Amino acid sequence: MMTIWSSWIWESKNHEHCLPAGESMHYLIIVLQIALLLAIVLLHVAYVTYFERKIIGHMQVRLGPMLVGWHGLLQPIADGIKSFFKEDIIPEQADKPLFLAAPIICLVTMLTSLAVLPFARGWVLADINIGLLFIFAMSSLASYGIILAGWASNSKYTFLGGMRSMAQVISYEIPLGLSLVGVMMLSGSLNLSEIVAAQGTSLFSTYLFPQCIGFFVFFIAMLAETNRVPFDLPEAETELVSGYITEYSGMRYAMFFMAEYIGMMVMASIGTVCFLGGWNGPFAIPFFPPFWFILKVYGFLFLFIWIRATLPRYRYDQLMALGWKVLIPLALLNIFLTGLFKVLVS
Amino acid sequence: MVNQLLFLYCALVIIGTALLTVRFKNPVHSVLAVLVLFFHMAGLYLLLNAEFLAAIQIIVYAGAILVLYLFVLFLVNLRQEVKVERFVASHRLSALVSICLGICLLAILPFFKLGAKGNYPVGRIEQLTHTKAMGLEIYSTFLLPFEIAGLILLIAVIGGLVLARNDKEVAENELSDSPSAGTCEVQE
Repeated sequence: MMTIWSSWIWESKNHEHCLPAGESMHYLIIVLQIALLLAIVLLHVAYVTYFERKIIGHMQVRLGPMLVGWHGLLQPIADGIKSFFKEDIIPEQADKPLFLAAPIICLVTMLTSLAVLPFARGWVLADINIGLLFIFAMSSLASYGIILAGWASNSKYTFLGGMRSMAQVISYEIPLGLSLVGVMMLSGSLNLSEIVAAQGTSLFSTYLFPQCIGFFVFFIAMLAETNRVPFDLPEAETELVSGYITEYSGMRYAMFFMAEYIGMMVMASIGTVCFLGGWNGPFAIPFFPPFWFILKVYGFLFLFIWIRATLPRYRYDQLMALGWKVLIPLALLNIFLTGLFKVLVS
Repeated sequence: MVNQLLFLYCALVIIGTALLTVRFKNPVHSVLAVLVLFFHMAGLYLLLNAEFLAAIQIIVYAGAILVLYLFVLFLVNLRQEVKVERFVASHRLSALVSICLGICLLAILPFFKLGAKGNYPVGRIEQLTHTKAMGLEIYSTFLLPFEIAGLILLIAVIGGLVLARNDKEVAENELSDSPSAGTCEVQE
């Protein structure tokens, strides 16, 4: 037994070679890129909350935040500092390790999915072959954070919120995945950069038109997957205080908040990459290739906020009926039609 | 070298979390240990260049099946620690049996032989991408086993449907039979 192990390790030692100087530089650059991406995304999270309050305010004929800075521009920074210094309360009856782990699980899974998003040609941290599946995997894991937060807080409201989120995420992950199968079939790849490249550069060659059913299903499932209005039952404030995050305070509350907004951005990016042609636009912008990508993501984020300001919340049985009886059959029909189209064309 | 170390890490964590799953008293903690285990299984697949399997491992097992387990746990009992009777009464006997089993397993290990090389060496899989290679194989060489597996799953789905329907009808019949139908709760 020992001889097997030792010979195995010995063999691998012989194959080992020292890292050249350029290699360590390469890793340093990757770490710097990750830090830069995190900084930009977290800044975006802060200002998406600002614009959400502003836009909803103006839609309801109010002004929104106005006091901190010019037109309230420093409000998100003030909010961040406030939540950082607030007392961190852990309920006595909570399951402490899980209570502490839940927000971290939520945030880490969301941040990890940023790694595979292509912001422009070559502007991607990890250009892996299974990019789309990786995003699905991470978004399904984020639900653990919510479920555990609901269970570990040991309170009725959080528990109900966690249960609802669990059922909702399981039900809507299926149409979300199926709606993108059409895109996979047309582009023949799971790599996000290749999906963008397969759509060509003009508006009419994007998958928005051939995959309009897929886009419809994707858009609704995206709202449900990110727990946004009209599907925000896990944190329905009129009935569950604030759902699974009721018992959290200070920085841990802020982590759930960040996870939700990063989730919105990731879903918006997936929509942009799979249906709107990614970084391609009407004309190329010199020096800043991700311009069109970012503009499209902002468009999606505005839609998220607009819908929140407009629609009332669904009832729970309506939510389930919509997911299982409408969206899944539609997504399956879309796959069938796409396959038929492909066979007829070829 | 790095690959070997990663394998060693994954293998040790898999063994550790598998033990923890059995040892934890709280079933929710056990499920989470299984979650970590699935993660490291996915890591092993990645080390084998099987990225598609790794992703599916996480999406299906960690993202769907384990969540359903949690769901069932939550519905069955809330935060009750289960007390199970000892399977073997004597401590020494159980220790002896497990040590014997362990020795048997270790004794078998040296006889392990690598299988014959298939049509897909690492280079070809990297060129084709793992997803495509698997799809091609499943829908050409292994079409029949694949269809049989699909049929078995279909039978299970229909079986589940039939069972759920029957229960519902029985419950409804009981409701309409009993005179105090208005106050009676639905029986599962």
